[in-house]
Amino acid sequence: MNLNKLYNTVNETINDKNVSRRSAFKGISKLGLGALTAAVPLAIAGSINKAVAGGSGISNNASGSTVVEILNFALTLEYLESRFYQQGLLASGLIPGGDRAVFTQISLHESAHVIGLISAVQSLNGTPVPQPTFDFTAGGVYADVFTNYNTFLTLAQAFEDTGVRAYKGQAGGLISNDPILTVALQIHSVEARHAAEVRRIRGQKGWITGNNGGGAPPVIYSREDNYIQGGVDVRTITTVSPDAISEAFDETLTMTEVLAIAGPFIV
Amino acid sequence: MNTREKVNLPQKEKENSILNHPINRKRFLMFSGITALGIGLGIQGCSEDDIVTTSTNSVDLGAGDVGVLNYAYALEQLEAAFYIQVAASFYSGATSAEIQILTDIRDHEIAHRDFFKAAIGSAAIPSLEVNFSSIDFTSRNSVLNTAKAFEDLGVSAYNGAGYLIDSAAYLELAGKIVSVEARHAATIRDLLNPRSPDFAGNDVVDAAGLDVKRLPSEVLNIAKTYLVTSVTANNLP
Repeated sequence: MNLNKLYNTVNETINDKNVSRRSAFKGISKLGLGALTAAVPLAIAGSINKAVAGGSGISNNASGSTVVEILNFALTLEYLESRFYQQGLLASGLIPGGDRAVFTQISLHESAHVIGLISAVQSLNGTPVPQPTFDFTAGGVYADVFTNYNTFLTLAQAFEDTGVRAYKGQAGGLISNDPILTVALQIHSVEARHAAEVRRIRGQKGWITGNNGGGAPPVIYSREDNYIQGGVDVRTITTVSPDAISEAFDETLTMTEVLAIAGPFIV
Repeated sequence: MNTREKVNLPQKEKENSILNHPINRKRFLMFSGITALGIGLGIQGCSEDDIVTTSTNSVDLGAGDVGVLNYAYALEQLEAAFYIQVAASFYSGATSAEIQILTDIRDHEIAHRDFFKAAIGSAAIPSLEVNFSSIDFTSRNSVLNTAKAFEDLGVSAYNGAGYLIDSAAYLELAGKIVSVEARHAATIRDLLNPRSPDFAGNDVVDAAGLDVKRLPSEVLNIAKTYLVTSVTANNLP
């Protein structure tokens, strides 16, 4: 798929001032959280493809997306995370005092990522995608996200683990641009540090065992129970347990899958 | 560990050496895959035979993607050897949570090591000889701070070498591993300084929110403290 066309659609609709940008995401968000609890719905991929149909399909890498498209995709996720933690830190009584230092640090990083990605898009003469309006209740499914710490933590884990998989999934698409690839990798591992810390605060292991999401939406952990790496069934060449093998390798998500996860939180 | 390494180890490490404890040695061999598969995986010095067949004083990682994969393999060998020794005899006072974490990490690093060995095939570097004489395996502080250093080093190595990889498939594989190393780093850091910013501390993540990166030459210069084998990367930056 070609997300840039989607973003172009977003920008055009904003410029026209006839239609709000929410319409561009409607195909994703209207599916709501039900989409998150099932396998990645093909309907979402279909709606995005429909939105971008007829485009020139220009791409300069194996993933089918340009570097600017990938950066705007990453920027969208960073907007989401940044806003999420800003609101969480502002919510009175939500984050216990003992954990505030952790979320303050995470928030600083996400805000820095937003700034850095905007700059990166501009350095390539691209147009940074504008910040969407977010609904972290996902239409009411997580109604207590900013009053119930457990809900907040669950979504924090969901966003961080998704972020890790999202960056990983786009690395190949950045292979032609060494400086951008390196920056993306440097963000990617920071997201993984965040994910581990949030998981630990939740009483989870810092790593992902099989496809167990520990109460976070299962679709975020689809294919994490993978034991085949680079064509090698790792179970056949080591004696560590399958669980440990699955933990040892984080998996990718495609852009489509990530947008399906993020969609319900974008108004 | 092996004869050469024992010479370098102070008495304390000798006594704690996994090879001086038959049960632990057996467990080690089981985890390292030698007894089960007989394909020669495992760190250097697991048996006298290994010393004879794979002993080498220096090794170059090679060029191109193979060089980068061997670079990763070298680092995973180092990490696996470290955690195998940690888990063979935990420092006194280790909590059940710490034992679980360090055992998990050991298994992850073994999986990484064995994967690279298999993936690189005949172009793989031999097993490296390690030198952990600077580590006090009886000390929580020494073990966890060494673990922190290794994990941060691993993260910086993958981040700094990603751009050297030509194959998108290999790049993705490196990505699958580096995020797990980062999870390790954050977890170890949280053990050392719980619920503080240190899990992604300002010593490793800069003001732009970017994790540390290092070139192979920089990483190897740090890693050499823990290696008997001289590892060079003459065809990598």
